[in-house]
Amino acid sequence: MNGLTQFFHNLFRGKRAVIGVPYGWFALLVLVPLLIVLKISLSEMEMTSVSSMIDWSNGWPTLKLNFASYQFIASDALYIKTYLSSLKYALITTILCLAIGYPFAYFMARSPKHLQPMLLMLIMLPFWTSFLLRIYAWKTLLVSNGVINNMLMSLHIINEPIMMMNNSFSLLIGMVYSYLPFMILPLYANLSKMDLRYLEAAADLGTSPFKAFWLITVPLSKAGIIAGSMLVFIPAVGEFVIPELLGGPDTLMIGRVLWDEFFSNNDWPMAAAVAVVMILLILVPIAIFNKSQAEQLEGKA
Amino acid sequence: MSQASNKTFAKSWMFAVYLFLYLPIITLVIFSFNDSRLVTVWSHASFRWYQALVKDSDLISAVLLSLKIAFLSALMSVFFGTFTAYALHRYSHFRGRMLLNSMATTPLVMPDVIVGLSLLLMLVSIQHWLGFPERGLFTILLGHALLGTAYANVVVTSRLREMDGRLDEAAMDLGCKPLQVFTLVTFPLLIPALVSAFLLTFTLSFDDVVLSSFLSGPGYSTMPMVIFSRARLGLNPTINAVATVTITAVTIAVIASSFYQSHVERKRKREVALAYSDKNV
Repeated sequence: MNGLTQFFHNLFRGKRAVIGVPYGWFALLVLVPLLIVLKISLSEMEMTSVSSMIDWSNGWPTLKLNFASYQFIASDALYIKTYLSSLKYALITTILCLAIGYPFAYFMARSPKHLQPMLLMLIMLPFWTSFLLRIYAWKTLLVSNGVINNMLMSLHIINEPIMMMNNSFSLLIGMVYSYLPFMILPLYANLSKMDLRYLEAAADLGTSPFKAFWLITVPLSKAGIIAGSMLVFIPAVGEFVIPELLGGPDTLMIGRVLWDEFFSNNDWPMAAAVAVVMILLILVPIAIFNKSQAEQLEGKA
Repeated sequence: MSQASNKTFAKSWMFAVYLFLYLPIITLVIFSFNDSRLVTVWSHASFRWYQALVKDSDLISAVLLSLKIAFLSALMSVFFGTFTAYALHRYSHFRGRMLLNSMATTPLVMPDVIVGLSLLLMLVSIQHWLGFPERGLFTILLGHALLGTAYANVVVTSRLREMDGRLDEAAMDLGCKPLQVFTLVTFPLLIPALVSAFLLTFTLSFDDVVLSSFLSGPGYSTMPMVIFSRARLGLNPTINAVATVTITAVTIAVIASSFYQSHVERKRKREVALAYSDKNV
């Protein structure tokens, strides 16, 4: 009876509708699609469609699971190498973004208050302009007859063009360039809110600024570091456009493999299996990110 | 390090980062006015590639399609994003809140290729079952709206958290029904955030290449898809010209909206100050 009153109570207050609409929206477009990917990864390709999961050939339904795609991934050294290489590039990108972005966010948070909105807007502005066009811009800069090589050669600094394109250098430049704002914004949000009296107290107690930075500033900005790192690392693992435009044959990335399985080989179960393994690899980082977001929303961080 | 050298170091670090962020954009713009067919070798200034752009019917129809999709998907994103943010903000305890929160943040970090693949496989399953939807404008729209909803949720949530909860309570004390509280109090205060969310999700949609490639059908190429297929083949001066036009439009929109935001903020502060001074009269 209590449940029924509660039900009507909620209904009249519109709580059900307010929660139900976003719930339905995300369940349909996030949860269901991921379950379908899992299902298709366990099927096999039959002519133009994927095999059905429920087999009626015996006259009664039996569940038919096909692990062929996963076995193929596990047995082929190239897939494993590609997964490891994707993780490696994502990790290097994250470390470089943190190394460049942390001092930047720190200096920005300590710069004069009236300048900060403008400095922030200057970080956001490239983020608003097309990501694809900015990656293309790097291509014009880095190719062997590109802007940088031409300039250096006309100044007689070098005689032969430097090979900067279609290798891990150009890939990392593109990745760091694209993901840097995602690192700086949460770090700045965190550092600008920090209570400076902690640092004053530390200085009063005789701590050197360097030591105070490592003992106070860095631990207090932990939430920003985690959020920024995860915002860079997770999408970087599955990045497709940057390796496709700036990477080369040696810079293996799993996003490109998934794309090729789907668009070139038309092998949907294989593409789905590649996706499922990728999700498993980034599941822990995603959980860390969600937890830190939730904590921040509850005001614990 | 002395105080002065500290400051110099900070300034040069920031300058270097800004240079890194803006150098590619600036070169892209400069070389769009280059007369040479070779994108990277400067000959002399001309509007040649802009003239070529006007005649490029493939690209123009792609731009129009992209604008249409971006506008509609931004409207959908703001609608569902506000719903999500309001539900999570207003009701701090309900069963499955954690799941809703996780689902709403997933599209922010999940690699595009996975979002694209999973949406496509779902749409194909539905089509198999019901006979629709065909791949095309609607399916791209749905993908962009999903991504946009996740971003709009973040923008609106941060605004809701800054807002004074006592205003809602005051409205309820004065006899407002929950829906009235939303339409008369919460919604007007949210408008600047909704404008930001609209602009952000519009740009995200206008920029997306991966989701569109998975979800589009024959005959539906968005602007980023056309640019991407040309950029894959090599350097192409028309891309520089498109880039310059887009960058100019976006810069104007961002600056105009930030002026609008600060105007609204000042007006609000003035009104608050006025309200408090009235009380003392």
